Amino acid sequence: MKEHHLILRVVTKSLVGTIILFAFYVQFHGDFSPGGGFQAGVIMAVAFILYGIVFGLHEVQRVLPAWVVHKLVALGVLVYAGTGIWNMFLGYEFLHYGSFTPDHMSHGQHSGILYVEAGVGITVTGVMVAIYYAFAGRTPRLGNDDW
Amino acid sequence: MTETIVNFILFSMLVITAFAIVRQDRLFTVVMLASVFSLLTAMLFIALDAVDVAFTEAAVGAGISTVLMLGTIALTARGAKPASRPQTLPLLVVLVTGAGLVYGTLDMPNFGDPNAPASVHLSPHYLTNSIEEIDVPNVVTSILASYRGFDTLGETAVVFAAGIGVLMILSGLRHRRRKDEEEEEDA
Repeated sequence: MKEHHLILRVVTKSLVGTIILFAFYVQFHGDFSPGGGFQAGVIMAVAFILYGIVFGLHEVQRVLPAWVVHKLVALGVLVYAGTGIWNMFLGYEFLHYGSFTPDHMSHGQHSGILYVEAGVGITVTGVMVAIYYAFAGRTPRLGNDDW
Repeated sequence: MTETIVNFILFSMLVITAFAIVRQDRLFTVVMLASVFSLLTAMLFIALDAVDVAFTEAAVGAGISTVLMLGTIALTARGAKPASRPQTLPLLVVLVTGAGLVYGTLDMPNFGDPNAPASVHLSPHYLTNSIEEIDVPNVVTSILASYRGFDTLGETAVVFAAGIGVLMILSGLRHRRRKDEEEEEDA
């Protein structure tokens, strides 16, 4: 695999950074434009999956080991639910984001949306990459003509 | 008028793609055509002004599921088995189900109907009050993350559970296989 697909490898290397940047844009610009945690998570996962497809599972797992991905899957849900529980500690209902800034409710909404969208993004990234690892880890390496 | 033409073209391409998928028996081609199908669906969502949904469809349907389906093909078989039995009964089932679904849509309100139940009660509240209450320009985000925060927490939990399920199935098999091999070696 090392000796061919030169164009694919060069293009991938320059694309991966852009894809990750775009994922962050979709994540944090979701308040103003289409997108949010779900889409950003998928795009972020695509960056790693693309790297894995072109360079091989071993290379991508040096950047993002499987045990980190498995922790991410749970971390996102914890961040989301934790935001809700934090709201309860502040004396309001579960997921009542206004409680972050009681004297200016819509500011609290902004931070609440930021936290839960981050949680969604982390879980979606984790799940997509984890499923890809699970599939790719079991696949015998195929040549170009096997398809 | 332009929108009608665009919709007509997109829908005809969708039907053509669907027929092409049914006619194919090389699974690699089927997966690629399914990705085209998703992309066309995403364009239809854009024509309906549902950009958020179109975004998701393009990223998940055309992107990730294609990769995962290719991974599945690599693990299993490259071609479909030729049908051994006549296909009349499946065709009949599909036609009856399709007719039932079309009949079901007859009761639904027309597209863009201002008196539809969905656009009488909740939607006006979200559209008029969300800037004051949430102050986020993209109403989809404020509904998804704030008004409907519980639902989205549920969705995230579903994604979590689905991911864990797939991981357990795939990694559990490897464990079992390794155990079998060890037992064989012992015996």
